[in-house]
Amino acid sequence: MEETLKIVVLVKHVPDAQFDRHITGPGNTTDRDESILSELDEYALEAALQLAEERGGPKAGNEVIALSMGPSGAVNAVKKSLQIGAYSGVHLSDDALAGSDAAATSLALAAAIRHISADGRPVDLVLTGMASTDGETSLIPAQLAERLSFPQVTFASSLEVTGGQVSARRDAGAFSETVEAQLPAVVSVTDQINEPRYPNFKGILAAKKKKIASLSLADVGVDASQVGLAGSWTVVESAEARPPRTAGTIITDDGDAGIKLVDFLAAQKLL
Amino acid sequence: MANALVFIDNPGAALKKSSLELLTIARSLGETAVAFTGQLHDDVAATLGAYGATTVYQPSVEDLDNYLVGPKAAYLAAAVAASGATTVLLDNSPEGKEIAGRLGIKLNAGVITDVVGVEADGTAHKSVLAGSYNTTAKATTPVTVLSVKANNVEPAPAGAAAAPATATVEVPADGLANAARIAARTEKPVSGRPDLSEARIVVAGGRGVDGDFGPLEELADALGAAVGASRAATDAGWIGHDAQVGQTGVTVSPQLYISAGISGAIQQKAGMQTSKVIVAINKDAESPVFEIADYGIVGDLFKVLPQATAEIKKRKG
Repeated sequence: MEETLKIVVLVKHVPDAQFDRHITGPGNTTDRDESILSELDEYALEAALQLAEERGGPKAGNEVIALSMGPSGAVNAVKKSLQIGAYSGVHLSDDALAGSDAAATSLALAAAIRHISADGRPVDLVLTGMASTDGETSLIPAQLAERLSFPQVTFASSLEVTGGQVSARRDAGAFSETVEAQLPAVVSVTDQINEPRYPNFKGILAAKKKKIASLSLADVGVDASQVGLAGSWTVVESAEARPPRTAGTIITDDGDAGIKLVDFLAAQKLL
Repeated sequence: MANALVFIDNPGAALKKSSLELLTIARSLGETAVAFTGQLHDDVAATLGAYGATTVYQPSVEDLDNYLVGPKAAYLAAAVAASGATTVLLDNSPEGKEIAGRLGIKLNAGVITDVVGVEADGTAHKSVLAGSYNTTAKATTPVTVLSVKANNVEPAPAGAAAAPATATVEVPADGLANAARIAARTEKPVSGRPDLSEARIVVAGGRGVDGDFGPLEELADALGAAVGASRAATDAGWIGHDAQVGQTGVTVSPQLYISAGISGAIQQKAGMQTSKVIVAINKDAESPVFEIADYGIVGDLFKVLPQATAEIKKRKG
C-alpha cells in the first residue's frame, strides 16, 4: 500500500455558463446568482478521490478536503463536493474578500492551506482544475504555488503519486511531457484526466454528516487590508457588455454555395 | 534602463509571430529589452534588433528548459531587476500565463492575462466571460505584468535597426529548488499547418463531420488555415484534443473562423465568438451557430467545402 495522503481540492462557485453572465458593482465583479460548482473542478476532485481510494480511503487515514473561498453562496460548492465524495470541507469567507484579484485570492488561499496543514498533518497535495469557468485567468495554481514555495505541475492529463513524488503527463504545448516534482506540490488537472463521478443518493445522504469548517480571515491570520479591492494589485477600470453578434446573410445551398462562399471571402479580402 | 521587457522562451531558429507582436507592443511603451532563454541564433538576435530590442538578457544556467514555470519566473524576476523595466510582456500560452503569475508574486506586481491591447500608460484591454464583456484593467503596482493574446497587433520592425547588446542574468540558486522537472519530452507530430491559437484563419468541425475531417483539412490547406474542432468531435476521437476550440480547449480570435457541422453550443461559442468574421455551414437551419455567423450556409458540408476548396485553388491559380 502506498503512503497515505492529505489532499486539498480547490473548488469554486461560478456563474452557470449556460445562462447570460453579468459584471456589476463598483469593482466590476461578476454577478454570482445562478452559480454552480465550476465544472473543471470536478476533475480535480475525482483525481483526489482516486488517489485516496488507491490508498485505502478515509479509514486508512487519507484526507480529501474541499476548500472554497467566497461569500455565503460558495459553501454550495463545498456541499456539492461533499456529495460527490470529498471527506470534509472548508469554507473561507469574509466580507473583506470581495473583489479580490488573483494575487489577493492566492494570498488568502495560501493562508487557509497553512491553517489546514497546522490542523493535524501537513498537506501533501493541492489539486485544482485547469481554470475557473468565470475569471479564466488560470493564475491561481501558479500564484498559490509561489506563495507556498511548492513546485507546480499544471495541466496534468494523467497523475501518479509514488514515494513522495508526483509524476504527471502534460500535453498542453508543442510537446508531450512527463513532469516530476517532490511533494508537497500544487497540481492542476485538465478535463482529459478522468470521468468525474456523479453524486448518488447515498452520497447525498452521507454528505449531511460530513464536517464543513467555516474560517474567517482572522482565523487564517490574514489582515483585511491584504485582500479584497484594497489588497489587489490590479483594478478593473471599466466593463462594457460587448454588443451581441448579429446574424448576417444566411443562404440555403442550391448547388453553388461553395462558389458563393468563396465570393464572400474574396469580398471580405480574406483569400 | 528599459521601459518594457519581453520574455521570449526558447524560440529555436526563428521567432514566432506572437513574439514579434510583443516586441511591437513593447516599443510603443518605450525602450525595449528581451529576457531570452535557449540558444540565441544569429538570425534571431538580428530580428530582435530589427524590432527595436536594445538589450537581450540570457540566463546564467543553460537547462532552464528542463523545468516547468518556477525557475523561469525566478530568472525573469532577476531580468526585470537588471533591466529596470516597469512593464513585462509574455505570450498568453498556458506556461506564459503561469510564469506571469509566479513573477507577479515575486515582484509584488499586478498581473493581467488574456490582454488584447495595451495603451501607452499601461492600461490593458481584455475580453472576458467568453467574449461577452470588454474590460479595461490596470495594475496599481510599480511593475505591471501582461500576458498578451496573439493576432491583436500587426508586427512592425523599428525604423532603425541596431544589434542589441547581450547580458547574462544570474538565476538565483533557490530558483531551481523545489521545482517541477521535465523528466521526458516527445515532440508531437507536426502538421505543417499554423498553430491553432495563432492562426489567421481557422477551419473547425463538429459532430456533423461524422469522423471525416478530410474535406476540412483540404480547405484549411487551400486557405493556409489551422484545423479546429468542437468538443463533440474531439471526444469522439476523430481528431486530437489539441484541436479543441471552446471553454475547455483553445480560445481563438482569428480573422476568419469557418465552422462546419458544429451546432454552436455555448461551450464552443465561448472559444471563438471574438473572431473577426464567422462563416457557418450546417445542415440544420435551426443551429444556434447561425445566430452569430456573418455568413451562413444551410447545406451539406461534404458538398459545400470541396466545391469551395476547388474554387479557391482555381482562383489562386
